[in-house]
Amino acid sequence: MSAVTQRRAWRELARYPSALVGMTIILLLIGVAITTMVAIPYGEALERWRGGEMWQRYPVNASPAWMDRLSGGNAARTLVVASRDAEIEEAAFPGGRRLRIPLEFDYAYGGFPSEINLFLNAEGHARTPFVRLLWQAPDGREIPLGGYRIGRQERISLSQDRGLERRLGGLAPHIGLLADHTGQGEQSVTPAAPEVLEGRYRLLLDAVLFDEQAGLEAELVLYGRVHGVAGTDHQRRDLSLALLWGTPVALAFGLIAAVGTTLTTLVIAAVGVWYRGWVDAVIQRLTEVNMILPVLPILVMVGTLYSTSIWLMLGVVVLLGIFSAGIKTYRAMLMPIREAPYIEAALAYGASDLRIVWRYMLPRILPVLIPTFVTLIPTFVFLEASLAVLGLGDPELPTWGKVLNDAQSQSALYNGYVYWVVAPAILLMLTGLGFAMLGFALDRVFNPRLRSL
Amino acid sequence: MADTLLKVEDLALHYRTRGGAVRAVDGVSFDVKRGEALVILGESGCGKSSLARALMRLLPRNLAHHGGRVRMGDTPISELSDERFRREVQWSRMALVMQASMNALNPVVKVGEQVAEPLRELKRWPRRRALERAAEVFQRVGLPLDFMARYPFELSGGMRQRAVLAMALVAEPELVILDEPTSALDVLTQAAIMNVLKELKRDLGTSFILITHDVATSSELADRVALMYAGELVEACSAARFFGEPAHPYSRLLMKSVPRLHERERPRAILGQPPSLLDPPTGCRFAARCPERFARCEASPPAFVPEGGTGEGAAESRHRVRCWLHAPSRGGEHG
Amino acid sequence: MTLIFPEAPLVEADGLHTWFELRQWGFLRVGAVRAVDDVSFTLARGEAVAFVGESGCGKSSLVRTLLGLHRPTLGEVRFEGVSLAGLKGAALKAYRARVGYVQQDPFGALPPFLDVRRILAEPLKVHGVKDRAERERRIRAALEEVRLTPVEEVLGKFPHMLSGGQQQRVVIARALILEPALVIADEPVSMLDASVRVEILELLRNIQHRRGLTLAFVTHDLATVRHYAERIFVLYAGKVVESAPVEDLLDAPQHPYTRALLAALSDPDAANATRLREVPGGEPPSLIDPPAGCRFHPRCSRAMEGLCDREVPPDFTPRPGHSAACWLHL
Repeated sequence: MSAVTQRRAWRELARYPSALVGMTIILLLIGVAITTMVAIPYGEALERWRGGEMWQRYPVNASPAWMDRLSGGNAARTLVVASRDAEIEEAAFPGGRRLRIPLEFDYAYGGFPSEINLFLNAEGHARTPFVRLLWQAPDGREIPLGGYRIGRQERISLSQDRGLERRLGGLAPHIGLLADHTGQGEQSVTPAAPEVLEGRYRLLLDAVLFDEQAGLEAELVLYGRVHGVAGTDHQRRDLSLALLWGTPVALAFGLIAAVGTTLTTLVIAAVGVWYRGWVDAVIQRLTEVNMILPVLPILVMVGTLYSTSIWLMLGVVVLLGIFSAGIKTYRAMLMPIREAPYIEAALAYGASDLRIVWRYMLPRILPVLIPTFVTLIPTFVFLEASLAVLGLGDPELPTWGKVLNDAQSQSALYNGYVYWVVAPAILLMLTGLGFAMLGFALDRVFNPRLRSL
Repeated sequence: MADTLLKVEDLALHYRTRGGAVRAVDGVSFDVKRGEALVILGESGCGKSSLARALMRLLPRNLAHHGGRVRMGDTPISELSDERFRREVQWSRMALVMQASMNALNPVVKVGEQVAEPLRELKRWPRRRALERAAEVFQRVGLPLDFMARYPFELSGGMRQRAVLAMALVAEPELVILDEPTSALDVLTQAAIMNVLKELKRDLGTSFILITHDVATSSELADRVALMYAGELVEACSAARFFGEPAHPYSRLLMKSVPRLHERERPRAILGQPPSLLDPPTGCRFAARCPERFARCEASPPAFVPEGGTGEGAAESRHRVRCWLHAPSRGGEHG
Repeated sequence: MTLIFPEAPLVEADGLHTWFELRQWGFLRVGAVRAVDDVSFTLARGEAVAFVGESGCGKSSLVRTLLGLHRPTLGEVRFEGVSLAGLKGAALKAYRARVGYVQQDPFGALPPFLDVRRILAEPLKVHGVKDRAERERRIRAALEEVRLTPVEEVLGKFPHMLSGGQQQRVVIARALILEPALVIADEPVSMLDASVRVEILELLRNIQHRRGLTLAFVTHDLATVRHYAERIFVLYAGKVVESAPVEDLLDAPQHPYTRALLAALSDPDAANATRLREVPGGEPPSLIDPPAGCRFHPRCSRAMEGLCDREVPPDFTPRPGHSAACWLHL
């Protein structure tokens, strides 16, 4: 297409609000995709999505912070109190040292944390150090939390301490330790609806070290009920990682699949139309056979029997798309063009087959091709998501479909983790909406017949 | 005049487009007598097909203006509601054969059924009776009866054109409007179709409005000729006058541009192009191409007045011209 | 042909047959359309001839065979003495530069997505004119020649912005831009308005005279031929039934089909309206299964039983330079 018509097409396009909205959405998605890929390189993203260690200071199944903010709540966020910020009292004794580490924090949230863990790191000790814990509430209550021998790295799950729970009157420790017990004895029965006692808390660590140099690092983590923009999943992974990285994956999958199928289909249709005869007949029969092959079951089969790598899936999708129904559409469009007098004229002045197909036939179907192509992209994005939901998502890549799959397997909706389902669903819909709006507008620009007068 | 079948005054049809209103039919007046054939002649884009649409109320979606008075016999058909027009005038009194309508036959319905359709649809005739009537018209237009049971694709172009004509005639209309009925057909087929029309006119007394761009074809049926240019009629007169000695410069140039079989004189082209109907010139619309124009032509538009000035019988004369050369008084403004 | 020209003819068609095989499922032969069936003629340098016939008479197939777009089933076309059958690759391309082609539907003949400059540049690019300035010069010259002026305004326009007559001028400019020796015009004015037809025909005629081209018209309208061609070939059902100098053929047609054609045509005259014309009954025959003998005999009022329906009539020469394939001239 010439530059003039291109410019005209742009100007036309700008007259459709849906095109502008669609383009804005797409540009935003592309922006997010590029920023994500720069900020979190592919390898790192895979590494982090694998889960484990790095997520242990993140809460489990926390909802997004803004959801709490919107409902006017003051749910707990994650508090990390580290020993390096604390004023440590040190006293030496023969053969060792005695450390007193006060981990102090102000608690002012409206709700209880979801969990409390204490991480201790005692690297390089010849003999295992020993720690005794004392919880001091703002109302003066003191609750001994017992003593522990510390390996190199120790995680003390206070929330899991059944004995402590019993002592707190059946309240889970992360509730009981922070609950307001006014008017009740320390060992009183469970309050019906425990409330947070706001104020300054302190966890006192009395450590006995049997080493001259080696220190002790402690971190008290009070896991929040909300986290970040996207919340976290059952493996403490921040969902924003998957939602962000899902963008380039979805766009790439959609785009590559759309380009792959459209181009191959188009070229094959053009070849059939140009050479006619048996070439066309063979292509048509192949298409008809391929059209009755069910794509999804084949993909499920490949995924189950072979591999669920996204790139393999992409290959299979394109492969199945080559002889798709698109061939029939393009053939129907190319047929009359092949018979157009200007093609005959070009033959008469000696233009080569390639030139005719490339310069005279393809430009005529671009107007139909471009909108179709644009609206085709989200269908492949959805296909990838569907596969992932069916459990055939790429095992390594964080994708929107994968998030949905996790949510489903963890019965997210049943458990009230609405955000887990809603966020990826919205992103998928947004992608579909953006491309569809642009596609429909393009269709109107390129096919004036659709335009009402 | 008692024998006037159709009287059209100030018919207008304007289309709305992005560039503004296209005045395809811009104040056209003419009349057709019973048993008369009027040819509306004009170049493509002059508005002659729109004229047919305006008469038949086949209005487009981008309509900007449709106006004028149309009387048929004693009925002011332009006053009728759309519903009454459809029931009482379309097909039964006035039928239209549209351009290329022979390619618009329903490919999956037998030709006989399609020809009988207007009777069954509008007059609620039973099928058998409608088909009997269709068979009569089939014979009239020279189609073998066994073609009734055929599908359109089994018929040649000429035969399909006859079928479309039969469909127009089936409800015995007083007036048949034909829009380029032969332009896509071969010479021999054209002549055969024109023969059918001549016979219909002679035997049934049907009136015709034949719309065409082809001067030679127009002479095959015309009693009168109305020449259209840029949305307006520029001359209307008897066929003898038009093909012999027309009055308007455009008519004269048009006659000279027709290649002839048996004349040695070379045809001559009319230079220039018709004006845009979006923004027609203020003066005479033909002025820019007219070799006889003078100052007044570009200044103000000539009226469509009887030819031959204000003399005796001019008012009754059915020869009208839109040209300052033929204005009653070349000095005065009133015509 | 019986006309003798001093120079060697530009085009010789010798027993040309162009048949199209009908196949089922893409390979099973079930018959053939005999679009061109034993046609011979010669075209001299610098002459204009007209091929006249109704739709389905094989005109278009004849044109495409002359253009080298169809290979003849039998017989051959020689251009400047060289058979087209042997041409391949560069030689065939060179032939295409020597033949210009003007089509019927000017709008369809121009790619709608290219402007006039690009449309005219295409043949030059295809034939290796790489220099941009040279191309521009030739494009402008071609537009001047077809009087599409001011050239500057036309160059950037797209086909849909031009009137039918202007479009056809662009088509003619494209046909001329490679400086051909032969121009084939397939119904060049049938889609145009009456007032424009003459302009285009005059233009073609003038260019033909000026350049000394050979011009082959194809038309269904005998009325337009008189001033624009020297000889006429009348085609019927794939065969040439009559050929003669224009005046001769129009004034004294010899074949019943030509007579019927001329009788069906009229010069504008008010008396036409009251006169029924004599039209032969029936329709042109199918080219798949044409009638035996003379192909016109089922419609011919003077057909002789036992002769016309059995034997294919050869070319007779009832008058000098005038040949008719009809047994009446035996």
